[in-house]
Amino acid sequence: MDLYSDIVMDHFKNPRNVGAVEKPDGVGEVGNPTCGDMMTITIKVKDEHLSEIKFKTLGCGAAIATSSMMTELAQGKSIEEGMSLTRDMVAEALGGLPPEKMHCSNLAADGLHAAIKDYQEKLGK
Amino acid sequence: MSDKPIYMDNAATTRLDPEVFAAMEPFFNKHFGNAASKYYQEGRTAHQAMESARGQLAGLLGADDEKEITITSCATESNNWVINSLLLNGTKKHVITSAIEHHAILEPIEFLEKHHGIKATILPVDERGMVSPQLLKDSITDETALVSIMHANNEIGTVLPIRELADIAHEKGVLFHTDACQTVGKIPVKVNELGADFLSLSAHKFHGPKGTGALYIRKGTRLEPFIRGGGQERGRRAGTSNIPSIVGMGKAAELAGKRIESEAPRERELVEKLWQGLNAKMPKIRRNGDPEKRIPNLLNICVAGVEGEAVLGYLDMYGIMVSSGSACTSGSLDPSHVLLAIGLPAEVAHGSIRFSMSHETEASDVERIIEIMPDVVERLRQMSPTWNG
Repeated sequence: MDLYSDIVMDHFKNPRNVGAVEKPDGVGEVGNPTCGDMMTITIKVKDEHLSEIKFKTLGCGAAIATSSMMTELAQGKSIEEGMSLTRDMVAEALGGLPPEKMHCSNLAADGLHAAIKDYQEKLGK
Repeated sequence: MSDKPIYMDNAATTRLDPEVFAAMEPFFNKHFGNAASKYYQEGRTAHQAMESARGQLAGLLGADDEKEITITSCATESNNWVINSLLLNGTKKHVITSAIEHHAILEPIEFLEKHHGIKATILPVDERGMVSPQLLKDSITDETALVSIMHANNEIGTVLPIRELADIAHEKGVLFHTDACQTVGKIPVKVNELGADFLSLSAHKFHGPKGTGALYIRKGTRLEPFIRGGGQERGRRAGTSNIPSIVGMGKAAELAGKRIESEAPRERELVEKLWQGLNAKMPKIRRNGDPEKRIPNLLNICVAGVEGEAVLGYLDMYGIMVSSGSACTSGSLDPSHVLLAIGLPAEVAHGSIRFSMSHETEASDVERIIEIMPDVVERLRQMSPTWNG
């Protein structure tokens, strides 16, 4: 598919960190089935750093690739760094996304933010 | 098992038949004449080849007269021609069509509604993709200029009762058009049995060349030209005749006519084998369209827990080429209008996969898909937050 960059295809075909972490510290759910993309991000936090991130995604090639890339970008980063990770940063790391995918299938950063917020709420922050 | 590519998207387009290619070849640079130049041999050669091809196409359709066949550039042009000419030139300003038509019908109608004050009635379909004859009857008014209902749907393969629908239109004195892109060459399409006044077709759907189609116009039916100019096609469709492609369309029509009788049951059997095989190995899949009234070469399924484009991408790694009606593949935010029209919720429609066969499809192709697809789907389901399998 020329539709996607080589990096997107690599992450689509060999997605990293698929699944759910055990006893997650935070869970983020974004998307909805009607629009075709759904994502659940689970995180482990150690010393205010993202020690483990996993994803489960229902969606197109771009949705899977952005999820996979996001887990790699955020791995080991601090909570603050995780919250400042943007959709554009994920897309850029993938060598770009087709314009029509920038909005609907680029939810991974939102998923991470939701998981971090969930973690913070659980801590009562 | 071989790893040869498996092309199962023949509803999108088909491979140009080698025999068709051979028939076309001399008309690129050996016989290059303009069919309108009658005063020397090259022109007459081109003209004769074109008329012979028209005869082959008329033969496939069982038309009374070859003059009922007008060559166009594709079925999209044929569709646009009928809709625009009838609604813009006549006094009647109402058109009736169905919710599962191709964009080449729905888009021009929508444009006329928006910019030319045309009224349109879009008939709903049932869960199999059938239009209600009674509803059509009730929708026709004194203002209705045209009813346009496709012969078979390109996504789910349902064959609509054209004869019955055309008779209803004719009882009320309304012209009837059918887009027969998915049936010509697949099942017998005889214009006098169908009763349509106009019928659109495209050569590349039955192993002819792309960029060539036709509009059947029943004798005695008036239709203002859509493209004006040099008087080709007896003044109905101007533009220098594309002789190699027209020759190819004629040859493809001849070959399709010879094949139909043996191919239709063979492909129907392969489709059944594919469905049975996939259904036995994959839980939570459903089949779309009418179980009986359908073209023989098409299977459309919905696979729960996955998105169609992702399945396409994974199958492509194995050289398997199919299509989907998901939002991503429809180029919009919504899944296919056809799947929504038969009542599927969006989240189900996103998981649709269409397989469409041809005479080139072999049993081993079907077996290979049955072997590979369940694993591909399982991989994607394991990634999905909605799948608890």
